Amino acid sequence: MTTAIQNIQATYAFMERNANLVKRYWAWELVWMTYSIANSLSVSFIGLGMEALSGQEANIDGRFLVLYLVIGTLVWRYLTTVFYWITEVISIERWEGTIEYTLMAPVRRVVHMAGQTIFAVFYGLFFTGVIMGVTVLIFDLDLSQANVLGGLVMLVAGSFSFIGISIMVSVLPLLFPERGAQMTHIVIAVLLLVSGVYYPIEVLPKWLQVVGVASPATYVLDGVRLALLEGTPTLSLWPQIWPVILMGAALIPAGLWVFNLAERYAKRAGKLARNG
Amino acid sequence: MTTNAIIVNKVTKRFGKSTPALWRKLRPGKNGSGKPEASGPVLALDSVSFQVKQGEIFGVLGPNGSGKSTLIRLMATLLLADEGNVTVHGLDPAVTPLAVQQLINRVSVEASFFKKLSPMENLIYGARLYGMGGKEIRRRVVEILTRLGLEKRSIYNPMEEMSRGMQQKVAIARALLSRPKILLLDEPTTGLDPVSKREVQAVVQELKERDGTTILLTTHDMNEAEILCDRVAIIHKGKLIALDTPEALKDLVPRLNGHKPSLEDVFIHLTGDKLKEEEKEDIEAAQSMVRALTQEHQEPADQIEPALLEQEKE
Repeated sequence: MTTAIQNIQATYAFMERNANLVKRYWAWELVWMTYSIANSLSVSFIGLGMEALSGQEANIDGRFLVLYLVIGTLVWRYLTTVFYWITEVISIERWEGTIEYTLMAPVRRVVHMAGQTIFAVFYGLFFTGVIMGVTVLIFDLDLSQANVLGGLVMLVAGSFSFIGISIMVSVLPLLFPERGAQMTHIVIAVLLLVSGVYYPIEVLPKWLQVVGVASPATYVLDGVRLALLEGTPTLSLWPQIWPVILMGAALIPAGLWVFNLAERYAKRAGKLARNG
Repeated sequence: MTTNAIIVNKVTKRFGKSTPALWRKLRPGKNGSGKPEASGPVLALDSVSFQVKQGEIFGVLGPNGSGKSTLIRLMATLLLADEGNVTVHGLDPAVTPLAVQQLINRVSVEASFFKKLSPMENLIYGARLYGMGGKEIRRRVVEILTRLGLEKRSIYNPMEEMSRGMQQKVAIARALLSRPKILLLDEPTTGLDPVSKREVQAVVQELKERDGTTILLTTHDMNEAEILCDRVAIIHKGKLIALDTPEALKDLVPRLNGHKPSLEDVFIHLTGDKLKEEEKEDIEAAQSMVRALTQEHQEPADQIEPALLEQEKE
């Protein structure tokens, strides 16, 4: 059997395993989906709330605000779904007690990550798609002028940079068996603050805006909003697309390098063992 | 000529930091919890050397914490040695882990699985990681599991609904599925009922005889070691203290009332005295801990020490 076929089998192994886990933990997935929908709707209602609170003199376009916030919540939900599936590459194994079996299998880490990442992207798109369907129905959003394909291209392009960040962050549960999984939330919290998920980054203090420029989520949100709010053609989204592709091209190899270093350290320090 | 499948050459492994963290240096004698500072790294393996011949069942015996599992983890590419090296069919797990991983598989004392997934789902996942695919896997999974005594219906139910013995059989099936040249068995029959234990032992014997698989087995069951192992190594406190065939090891111990000693007698004879020394060391460590605590809290030591002295007398 050629190495290529072995690698495909191993990649598929992680995708199939994760699909089986989603199937077996369906009740939890349903709870999480309901929570996510309620969360997205709550944030989006702020748009209508602002219109109602400000009165007609303020001339606030509530429908525009709703769409602005809906895009923020959907893009953020997608990016965080991808992020958490990848960062859980180790913590899920620690939770189940299978970490040693997975890491002693003859699988290159890049193949391991590929399987986890492909599943994360597909699952993220499905998950976000369901939330988007419910949101569009409830707010009766008009997407007839929107460039949905452009938005999707922007989202997928932005995935690469988030994948790189996620691989890098996934070393935390490897290095810190007890609290590593919780540490990953810090990264997401900072990205949420500086990336303009629910507001333009121009409202942030200057120094936070500088941090925001380094966040791939900033470009993804800009690009998706241009595509969906203004119907910007896909090719015209290039100024938003190239930075995230560039970041992805740098962050994915960097993430794998960091992960390999951390794995080697974990093997030296005996941090792979679940017990003792 | 018989070749060596595994060579362990002067392997030393320590756990824990050799130098304390900066904040601990600033507060000598304390670790923040009020307890005295631990005394440096733990020596899990101390210059251990041996060879395992191709196709033999090699037993490793030792008390809890003697370094048996550490040894297996080193061969399984899950740990890196501090000193010395291990070679598996001439390959160093630290240098070419992927090549070594193709040759080995392992069953540990804990049957570690995705609990919500069924044996079929878990084993297909495991098989795919070793490059196997297609309908052939499903057939082989059913074949191996039924051979190990699992009912067909339980193959599709979640692992969490199975007894520990059954889970351990699935763990053995997972290891067999990849047809390893070397099988590392870390206390595979611990916690199994006598019937299951014999079934597992029969599979191990069959693997050796039919497939020529090299097997490294750690166990606390001396009878199991005697039945299965061609040679047995006894390690204690990270050191290799004896290595020979079970019969030759028995000659190391004088006859008891005219009877030939069992492997258990050998084990107790070789590790028992050392265990007493360990207990003495533990008591001395506890006494020094009490002295440190009483100095700290200005409590009279003579209120606490008598109990420990009583314990020492016993």
